[in-house]
Amino acid sequence: MPYLSAITDEQTETLISDVLQLYGYDFTGYSRASLKRRLNRLYSLDRQVSFAEFRYKINNDSVYFKRFVEQITVNVTEMFRDPNFYKALRNKVLPSLGTYPFIRIWLAGCSTGEEAYSMAIVLQELNLLKKALIYATDINPTVLEKAAQGMFPLSQMKQYSENYIESGGTKDFSSYYSANYSLAKFNSELRDKMIFSTHNLVSDHSFNEFQLILCRNVLIYFDRDLQYKVLQLFDGSLEKLGYLALGTKETTDFSPISKRYVRLDTDKIWRKMV
Amino acid sequence: MKGCKALIIGGSAGSLDVLLKIFPAIDKDITFPIVIVVHRKKGTDSLLADLLATKTFLKVKEAEEKETLLAGTIYIVPSDYHFLVEKNLTISLDTSEKVNYSRPSIDVTFHSAAEVYKDKLVCLLLSGSNSDGVNGLIEVKRFGGETCVQDPISAQVDYMPKQAILKAKIDHVLSIEEMANYINLLK
Repeated sequence: MPYLSAITDEQTETLISDVLQLYGYDFTGYSRASLKRRLNRLYSLDRQVSFAEFRYKINNDSVYFKRFVEQITVNVTEMFRDPNFYKALRNKVLPSLGTYPFIRIWLAGCSTGEEAYSMAIVLQELNLLKKALIYATDINPTVLEKAAQGMFPLSQMKQYSENYIESGGTKDFSSYYSANYSLAKFNSELRDKMIFSTHNLVSDHSFNEFQLILCRNVLIYFDRDLQYKVLQLFDGSLEKLGYLALGTKETTDFSPISKRYVRLDTDKIWRKMV
Repeated sequence: MKGCKALIIGGSAGSLDVLLKIFPAIDKDITFPIVIVVHRKKGTDSLLADLLATKTFLKVKEAEEKETLLAGTIYIVPSDYHFLVEKNLTISLDTSEKVNYSRPSIDVTFHSAAEVYKDKLVCLLLSGSNSDGVNGLIEVKRFGGETCVQDPISAQVDYMPKQAILKAKIDHVLSIEEMANYINLLK
């Protein structure tokens, strides 16, 4: 079903300004076409009948506001998404980080955690998991609670297993989880190397130095100015010779940090040279 | 329509052959961008753009996020992303939930473009085996744009154009032979 254009451009701006003032969440740098579509989707999903009521609920019901943040940000993800990317991680990036005594990885915009568990699996197979720590952050506390549980729908495992094999994995993928009714519960030694925390890329600062930062399919929702600002945040959080990984349609090109980075072949991975 | 500001072509099964047939006959001085939204497997983007580029004088490229839509350029919507148009005529890509089991979804792009280009938008729906695009055409009409479908008789899979004719108000039902001429007259 398409989402009818119930919310106008002006109403979109009104809501952006409301949530900034009332909750401190800053969506002013978000791409409007996507954001407006998300608003219309939520409006229609929740069978709202008027903008005034919708606005009142967002502004006055903090439980509903949590749902609002969860629903207007995009939380579509999968394990070993873009298998070629994970192949590059496995064959190029992680082996080069393997010489460090300790590996700190930041997964920014981790959503429900599928990428964190994928990363942990690759680290374990390279025998690097014991000296690694994955900081997985998201703007949205609800998805982080799900991520921390490490349980994903069993119905997805066939697809994830195919992705895993395509990315160069050679083990039996089902050895990484145990089936629990309709869910696959991933082994706790993977979870032990993850730290989940809320972090808002728009307003929060750097919190550590990393050798690898992944932020895939997040920047596409930001306008150019905000993209540059976030890339500078990553630059300030990345050690020299560290790696930055972005989504298949994202780039550091044209940004202020681009001159300090060299791209790895055709992968969406850049290495900080200076 | 005179003074068309954008043409969006959507299709699924059986639509690639149509594109390959009409591309060589599209004038190189068209005065609007063309966006192609077709359903296909993941990761075959550059192949499709390369293949289509061999059939036309126009520049063919995979759509990049935040780039400005330019006249005389053909944009291929990447697989696994929805394609939206911003008010300032730049492109936004979006990996949100599939719509009609599809990403990219034709409905999403038709609808988004309709809001921006309004009565200066033309949308053409080709051969296909599901009804993605049909609701989008209804939206295009609601915003005053022009709607076209491939003549179901000429379609390899006629479900998509038939559904459109059944459910949306269609301005033109075009045979493959008529399409390029129709497009050339939009400028």
